[in-house]
Amino acid sequence: MAVLKVEHLCKQYASELVVNQLSLTIPAGICFGLLGPNGAGKTTTLKLCLGLITPDSGSIELMGMPVPDAGPKVRLRVGVVPQFDNLDPDFSVAENLIIFGRYFGIKPDVVRANVPELLAFAGLEGKEKSRIRELSGGMRRRLTLARALVNDPDVIFLDEPTTGLDPQARHLIWERLRQLVAKGKTLILTTHFMDEAERLCNCLAIMDHGKIIAEDSPKRLIENLIEPVVVEVFGDGLDDWLATVATGTGCRIERAGETIFCYGQDATAVLQSMVTFPGLKSVVRQANLEDVFIKITGRELRD
Amino acid sequence: MFNQRALAVWLRNFWVWRKLAVPSVLGNIVEPMLYLLGLGYGLGSLLPNVAGFPYIHFLAAGIVCQSTMNSATFEALYSAFSRLHVQRTWEAIMHAPVSLDEILMGEWLWAASKSLLSGCAILLVLVVWGITSPLHALAVVPAILLTGLCFAGMGLVITSVSPNYDFFMYYFTLVIGPMLFVSGVFYPVTQLPVWLQWFSQLLPLTHAISLIRPLVLGESLTLAWLHILVLLLYGGIGFQLSRKLARKRLLS
Repeated sequence: MAVLKVEHLCKQYASELVVNQLSLTIPAGICFGLLGPNGAGKTTTLKLCLGLITPDSGSIELMGMPVPDAGPKVRLRVGVVPQFDNLDPDFSVAENLIIFGRYFGIKPDVVRANVPELLAFAGLEGKEKSRIRELSGGMRRRLTLARALVNDPDVIFLDEPTTGLDPQARHLIWERLRQLVAKGKTLILTTHFMDEAERLCNCLAIMDHGKIIAEDSPKRLIENLIEPVVVEVFGDGLDDWLATVATGTGCRIERAGETIFCYGQDATAVLQSMVTFPGLKSVVRQANLEDVFIKITGRELRD
Repeated sequence: MFNQRALAVWLRNFWVWRKLAVPSVLGNIVEPMLYLLGLGYGLGSLLPNVAGFPYIHFLAAGIVCQSTMNSATFEALYSAFSRLHVQRTWEAIMHAPVSLDEILMGEWLWAASKSLLSGCAILLVLVVWGITSPLHALAVVPAILLTGLCFAGMGLVITSVSPNYDFFMYYFTLVIGPMLFVSGVFYPVTQLPVWLQWFSQLLPLTHAISLIRPLVLGESLTLAWLHILVLLLYGGIGFQLSRKLARKRLLS
């Protein structure tokens, strides 16, 4: 059964179509990733699906309820981890969970009994009485995740859950998110980290300019949308090499600053063409999700 | 809108207040008392009876109103704005099944409740001082709540459109400040030129004072329905307007 069904969703700010005819169907029990450069419309899409902003047109159905017509009650079985920290600085760690439970109509005693379990899940054992200001960025993000679980939701929306975290904190969050999927929860997350998308998500939608431009499992996106081997070439003589022999290799060639990326079926032709350019260096690797992403969203900088 | 979820928002603010209740209540009493002592004795010694009462008695009711107005205004402006903009508390609450309307209702009632606490704290001092009787003071309590709702509703309008804290200075300089001097807090409105008296009748603080001063001093009320109506209108229209503006700011 589809947990989220979005059809022809549009949202315009000023003259810009931030979400443009977007359609999505997300089945229960998977981790679904919305991948896209900054300004692609990921956060707006999440907010629309949560009923926090009103769409201009299109339809959204979250767990069988029409959004935003069904009102705030669609969020009863939903957890949200927002992009920016909005923990309540006036309260301690445990109080944050208890107060948040109240907004769902959960009695303080019920949440209080669950606090140790929630904090253990977030790796925050013994932090009940800590002030929010005393927590590191990683701890805050984990507490935000624990807070999103206060109502034992079926679906959890996460907007860039690991942005700004160190590798240790990111790995812990990933590990916890996998546990949630194993428990049967549906995760819907936005990210612009390729490794996050590749490791966590069963299904990915790559989004740009308010549209979904590719949708599949990470593995199949790589298989279907990009050549299997990449040779990165850099060093002295790059311009000469590019002007003379590079195009003869039969590879798809892209330049980003002082590096040339050659995409092809294998590396042999490229490596042979470099023999007469002793100043050139190269790295041969398998194509990955980032190559797919760059190929379909382009190399130009986004703000 | 007035439901369990709005109450949860009210409770959140109450729990924060409870942590700092003692300094908060002291702060609510000390400043108005300084006004009352300084102006009441200092200015009062130069004045004969004002409107048939010792000046300090006349001023006391004005100070109750001013203090209620300030308390509701500060809470609906600075504190609510922190929760809306700086701390993103409203955003977090909206991730739960709470609507923006319910948040505003909780904030409106909370700002009014806090000003009720302020007003009552001063009222208590006036009873102990002997300026008013316990029975008269009890009759003032609903009028304080009404005054609080009025200024909290007006304050939320400003909060809903404010880009930053500095914006609030316009409201204080152009609305709250001038109102303080033409609404009869420090002297009877009848001392003002006629055109200013008419203007004064348009201001909510004038009506709060017209309601509260006779109650504090044990005099009979005149045109009570009009004063109640004006306060309800300012508060109610303010609240409705803040709903529209906040919706535009956060939900569009």
